[in-house]
Amino acid sequence: MNQFAMAFTQDKLEEAWHVLLTEFPLGLWETVYVTVLSTLFAIVIGLPLGILLVTGDEKGIRPLPRALMKTVNVVINFLRSVPFLILIVMVIPLTRAIVGTSIGSVASIVPLVVAAFPFVARLVESSLRELDPNIIEMAQSMGSSTWQIITRVMLPESVPSLVTNFTLAITTILGYTAMSGAMGGGGLGKIAINYGYSRYKYAVLYLAVIVLVLLVQVFQTIGTRLAARLDKRIKK
Amino acid sequence: MPASGMFLIKHKGGDNMIELRNLSKRFMTADGPVEALNNVNLTVNDGDIYGIIGMSGAGKSTLVRCINMLERPTEGSVLLDGRDLGGLSKKEMQSVRREVTMIFQSFNLLMQSTCLQNIMFPLKLARVPKAEAEARAKELLNTVGLPDKANVYPAQLSGGQQQRIAIARALATRPRVLLCDEATSALDPKTTQSILELIRQINRDTGITVIVITHQMSVVQEICNRVAILEHGAVVEEGDVSQVFSRPKAKATRALVFPDMTEGQMSSGYGQLVRLIFEGSVTTNKPLIASMAMDCGIAANILGASTRTVGKREYGYMLIEIPGGPDELAKALKYIGRAENVTVQVEAEYGGREVSE
Repeated sequence: MNQFAMAFTQDKLEEAWHVLLTEFPLGLWETVYVTVLSTLFAIVIGLPLGILLVTGDEKGIRPLPRALMKTVNVVINFLRSVPFLILIVMVIPLTRAIVGTSIGSVASIVPLVVAAFPFVARLVESSLRELDPNIIEMAQSMGSSTWQIITRVMLPESVPSLVTNFTLAITTILGYTAMSGAMGGGGLGKIAINYGYSRYKYAVLYLAVIVLVLLVQVFQTIGTRLAARLDKRIKK
Repeated sequence: MPASGMFLIKHKGGDNMIELRNLSKRFMTADGPVEALNNVNLTVNDGDIYGIIGMSGAGKSTLVRCINMLERPTEGSVLLDGRDLGGLSKKEMQSVRREVTMIFQSFNLLMQSTCLQNIMFPLKLARVPKAEAEARAKELLNTVGLPDKANVYPAQLSGGQQQRIAIARALATRPRVLLCDEATSALDPKTTQSILELIRQINRDTGITVIVITHQMSVVQEICNRVAILEHGAVVEEGDVSQVFSRPKAKATRALVFPDMTEGQMSSGYGQLVRLIFEGSVTTNKPLIASMAMDCGIAANILGASTRTVGKREYGYMLIEIPGGPDELAKALKYIGRAENVTVQVEAEYGGREVSE
């Protein structure tokens, strides 16, 4: 019997089942709240940034100095291109400054947000750019201020697209939590790495993966349905 | 001469509502500057339904966007009821845009808002209290004939219905000028008719000044009392619809009025091209060309003919070729000139000159 098959013998499966009952509930909870909180913070920073990227553009409704826009773009691209594993280490001082420690679930939120907000900003940017420019022109022709165009036209009109993209963000961040779990964070990622990688308990690893996959399915389904329900362009 | 202004829908004394003075607009493109508008001068009276017609690329859209300053003119000025819009601050401009509203070819409704919310949109921008805005929006739903669509989303409406909602939205702030940018170009002929009828009715009821941008001759004929023909960014002809269409002077106008009769193509090259315009059905009944052949011995070659109804008047239009030299031409012109209600134009590009009645 090879090593792989040996990982799924009766007693190994029983042990995995035991871990599922004892450690998974907390791990699942940690993963969910870290994912949700990280996504929320990433949106809080990324949404205004994404709006800025669109409105401050040369052809946007309120062009900003080119140097500023260039800087913002470079910073976003930089953060997006640093591998997450490296980023976790890079932001350790920031994590310590904010949370007080760099270990644990709460601490893992910091690198997750730093990694996710530029991603969210780009998603928001692409959502807002989908909007028909004629609609913006209409709003201008009716005497909208820049702020009114953003709050009363751009955002409300982009809601379905934003929800779809935020769903993409949350599922991606969920994947990242597994990585931060391996780097001192909590959650299912930590369980999968600790048991599966460090102690060769593959059954536990696979169980953790299955739960993560299910979690992605849940987030994705909720997001897709919500976007469809919110979209008034679909004839019902 | 027909009485000028005989097709005026509503005339409130002739105050200048919109005045464009020496308006020019240049766009900087990769291939250098493009002159979109070239020294345009226009006056639109209060209560007019003013048509601005031209082929695509003539500068119509730029012109209409200069009127509400969505495009800043490079030179010249736009006067709204005597007030120069060029020097206004951003805030002032926003309030002017509640007086000069716009409807579009693609309707541009907020697809994620109900019809009622769409109509309330400009009122919300103007910070009108919600109850008041809602009452006004409901009133406008009645005006445009869609009282039962308040809570329906635009996606559930037909094109014509969407344009009606857009019209209601444009009227919400009780503007003095309504700009229609190819408002019926995306609609079928029947729906176009009903939308034009609605615009005419609103003009009649409220006295609102309407500026209609279109490439469709039929739209201008249907509702406008005055018209300007735009070509390559310049106004080539301007005046009362009846007059401009009955005696089209500029080539661009003729191409628009009688698109199927382009000059030059059909000529045999042996004679002089002459254009005849018959006014009213009485003259179109007389066999003028046949009798000229018998009386003068000039066998004119008919290159094309058609009739048009402008307003309620019929116009016949004929392009003929007079064979022979200047003597025959003079003879023919003299003969035709005796007929009543016929305007004769000798084609300029064949060395001719314009001859009036």
